[in-house]
Amino acid sequence: MSDGLAIRLRGVVKRYGPITAVNGLDLDVPLGTCVGLLGPNGAGKSTTMRMLTAQAIADEGELEVLGFMLPGESKAARAQCGVAPQLDNLDVSLTVEQNLRVFAHLYRIGRADRRDAVERAIRMANLVDRRDSRVDTLSGGMRRRLLIARALVHRPRLVLLDEPTVGLDPQVRQELWALIDALRAEGTTILMSTHYIEEAERLADTVLIMSHGSAVAAGPPAQLVAEHAGREAIEVYGPPAKLAETEEACRAAGLATRRTGTSVSVLGVEQADGNAPEGERRPANLEDVFVLLTGEEID
Amino acid sequence: MAVEPARASTIGRLERPAITGVLVREMVNFSSYWRSATFSSTVEPTIYLLAFGFGFGALVNQVAGYDYVEFIGTGIVATAVLFSSAFPAMFGTFVKYKFQRTYDAILAAPVDTEELVTAEALWIAMRTSVFGCVPMVVAIFFGLDPSWGMLAVPFIAFVAGYGWANFGISIAGFAKSFENFSYVVSAVLTPLFLVAGTFFPISTLPDWAQVLANFNPLYQCVELVRGAAFGFVWTDLLRLGALVVFGLATWRIAIYAMTRKLVD
Repeated sequence: MSDGLAIRLRGVVKRYGPITAVNGLDLDVPLGTCVGLLGPNGAGKSTTMRMLTAQAIADEGELEVLGFMLPGESKAARAQCGVAPQLDNLDVSLTVEQNLRVFAHLYRIGRADRRDAVERAIRMANLVDRRDSRVDTLSGGMRRRLLIARALVHRPRLVLLDEPTVGLDPQVRQELWALIDALRAEGTTILMSTHYIEEAERLADTVLIMSHGSAVAAGPPAQLVAEHAGREAIEVYGPPAKLAETEEACRAAGLATRRTGTSVSVLGVEQADGNAPEGERRPANLEDVFVLLTGEEID
Repeated sequence: MAVEPARASTIGRLERPAITGVLVREMVNFSSYWRSATFSSTVEPTIYLLAFGFGFGALVNQVAGYDYVEFIGTGIVATAVLFSSAFPAMFGTFVKYKFQRTYDAILAAPVDTEELVTAEALWIAMRTSVFGCVPMVVAIFFGLDPSWGMLAVPFIAFVAGYGWANFGISIAGFAKSFENFSYVVSAVLTPLFLVAGTFFPISTLPDWAQVLANFNPLYQCVELVRGAAFGFVWTDLLRLGALVVFGLATWRIAIYAMTRKLVD
């Protein structure tokens, strides 16, 4: 495998008619790390995920997964990958155990190991008591745990998680984070797309921020924050007129700002030399970087 | 963490483990819906059998040299084949693709579209080989004489069912919505199953229609089943060949249609 990389993309382009969903994307996922693909809706995250399993074929560029070139050798790569899609595609009329057993077959686990693999996945999903329940009787959180456990049934070397916690309660999200973190601790390579900044900040060793189909920044979360948003920010609250005024004053003073909806965040204030406006001081975070790099408005 | 690339030996097409995996999924699922599938595949042809048998059979004694119960009791196999293959293939494929997104899950595993379509068609053909015989067995209770040759009927139903399953998968692959199916059912399937020599002999039709009937796979199926029940003739080999060609052609079309649909 080239340079210990689980995934290596170079100049990948994917067009749908007049729309370019992915536009010259480079992406490295080193073995044994968790990489977060962060970007607003429509940035090309899901298309990228689909290209990694050859369910979308790139128009240009090189894609290598676990040392296999896509799309030609994709089937061999897929045998060692686990995929948890954004939209639940479990067999709803089957039980928890049946769903896992089917995928133990699809992932070619030998007869001798099948039972153990299914048991392990049931424990991992924390569904021991619900093993005989039909999927359509499970809660949303249980279904998502099963969806992820199904992707792990064959002990894949690489796991692709597309928006693993989208639309779930905070409690359920924490459960899933614990599951993903445990996987990371075992040394499994993970590529996870998300638009939840906290999720990327907590789980990812490195983050790649996507906008309009290409990478706008990549690196460990802390480094991205230091590089793009500085150390400290000031939140200025007030009526819209005051916020606009603050923005203008900061621009004149050469300070970067971003809107949060209820306030204006003034970034990099540690270098403001007394020009900083009045407001609440806080450490800069990944959300500042995200909004700064992907734009304040969704188009 | 092992860093050496764990290369698979070779990347083949139509690999057995991939096809088995998809078949296992279907078999496990079948345990949850076999009642409704069995009902819809066998009851409707049996109703046709009884309605025509009693209704029409009262008017005519002999058709094309057979008792009417013999004529329709064998011909009805083709109707049962159609109802247990083309229809479930059309609707099932569309539901699995569009609403349950099952195929997305399967294609993320080491299974290609070619293997997926092949396994789905094989599974439907296996079911059809059983369901296809049910109305004929019913006809035996109404006076169709059993014969050893009838043991070949499940095989005929399998070959014909494989073709019609691929036909249904192709239609689902090309269809944009459920509504498109009604055109296919009304304009293609209904005429084909009425003009297959099941209920009345093809020889009563105008010459041009008799020539066209040879291109109807259901007619070939009807004739093969009659051959099995009452004695094969050499032309039955050609009929079997026609069904095999039908199965191979629809198989490739189904793979093409589903690849277009599933891989962007």
